[in-house]
Amino acid sequence: MSSMVLTQMASLSRRSVLRVFRQPEIIVPALLFPLLIFGFQAAGLGSATKIPGFPTNSYVSFLLAFPLVQGSLFSAVAAGTDLARDIETGFLNRLSLTPMRPTALLAGSLVGVVALGFLQSVVFLTVGIIFGVRIEAGFLGALVLIVLTMLTALGFGGIGAILALWTGSGEAVQGIFPLLLVSFFLSSILLPRDLIQTDWFRTVATYNPISYLVEGIRSLIITGWDGHALLLGFLVAGGLALVGISGAALSLKGRLGRT
Amino acid sequence: MKSFFSVAGAVAWRGIHNFATNPALIVPSLLFPLFFLAAFAGGLSRVSNVPNFDYKAGYTAFQYVWVLLQTVAVGGAFTGFAVARDFEGGFARRLLLAAPRRGGIILGYICVALVRVSFTGGVVTVAALLAGMNVLGSGVDILGLVGLAALVNVAATLFAVGMALLLRTSQGGFLIQTPIFVATFLAPVFVPLKLLNNWIETVAYFNPVTYILETGRGFLAGNPSGVLLAFGFAAALIVVLIPWVLFGLRSAEKAG
Repeated sequence: MSSMVLTQMASLSRRSVLRVFRQPEIIVPALLFPLLIFGFQAAGLGSATKIPGFPTNSYVSFLLAFPLVQGSLFSAVAAGTDLARDIETGFLNRLSLTPMRPTALLAGSLVGVVALGFLQSVVFLTVGIIFGVRIEAGFLGALVLIVLTMLTALGFGGIGAILALWTGSGEAVQGIFPLLLVSFFLSSILLPRDLIQTDWFRTVATYNPISYLVEGIRSLIITGWDGHALLLGFLVAGGLALVGISGAALSLKGRLGRT
Repeated sequence: MKSFFSVAGAVAWRGIHNFATNPALIVPSLLFPLFFLAAFAGGLSRVSNVPNFDYKAGYTAFQYVWVLLQTVAVGGAFTGFAVARDFEGGFARRLLLAAPRRGGIILGYICVALVRVSFTGGVVTVAALLAGMNVLGSGVDILGLVGLAALVNVAATLFAVGMALLLRTSQGGFLIQTPIFVATFLAPVFVPLKLLNNWIETVAYFNPVTYILETGRGFLAGNPSGVLLAFGFAAALIVVLIPWVLFGLRSAEKAG
């Protein structure tokens, strides 16, 4: 990679990070909403640990994967909306007239999302620990968990970027949020898969990759080092990132071709 | 008095027409309740195996009542969004100038909200029945549940319209929706009140929505309890929120 591309990436990454962290309307909901829903559900479903076969006696620990993954959905919307704004305001058009490389543009836009993912994972983990969560995999496990969450944020951020580049509309990107949320809830996020009683729901959760992502994160919190769950979690997060970034790169090529 | 009702009728007709002819308004108001019903009633049915969970109509019915009340409450919030949009488009200001009795505007929006939630609540009910929900209550019990849902919708609409009249911008959506969303979640959503623990038990105990919800579940199971208390709380919410919405209306009038 040439030094020029690296310089371009650094400039756009700085812009992307500053843009995320200077907008309270991005930061506050991205931290507040997952925590709010986490709080309600953890408190309301605390009795679920009395179901025979439930893997832990702390529902707060079981549910901590919830804000970590849900926060990534906010990243998708944040990344997509920011990129769509660049298209709506003509920034992308102006940029296409410069020697700026598309790779630098894409990487730059996603760095802000990964930074947001980092902030979210640190805040959510800290809140969890304050409320009595013990990370069974220890400090190293917590670090792995943060990396997995950032990779997830990168993947969802890529999907947000694809949507932005396809539609060029921030509203359209935000409209996809409910669908992402649905896919998120139709997983093993609230109960372990083997305890889901309704057949169709268990089948959907089994085929839903989000379940494996959640179970990978959760394994570090309630089980310790579970290689199988962790591998599946990283495979899903990595696959998501691969699809998101390559899809966004192709969409960007198409968008710049039309510009 | 005639002019009061003619203003209400005109506002109601316009709002209902807008809702019925605009899929962008219909889809979001249906999507979330159906999604909550699927996720909670479908995904969490094993929660009914928790010791001392003794709701005899089953977990789908248990969750349906919460989803129904959430649907009608959020339907009120959506009406608040419509008011905010009317201000942004300039329609609301023209309406304030033209209406001889402005209180009729509030009644009109309440009618819009009731029609909206009749549709969305109906769809949610059909979905729950298709999912195998047991209805053990009699016709009178079901009327009781519908009555409670209607009162909750009116209360939520008064709150949301009052907030929208004060803010007069769609950017205030967060302030319109969040209190309604929080109030419905700070009730016994997943298990009965007696099975809640820690801070949520205390908060739910003091949350009027809890009593409305538990009575609604009683209606569906055919053994309602605390009926007077639930209707009393719902009516009290409306009585408290009428001055709030009138305050919002005066604020909008002053703003011109």
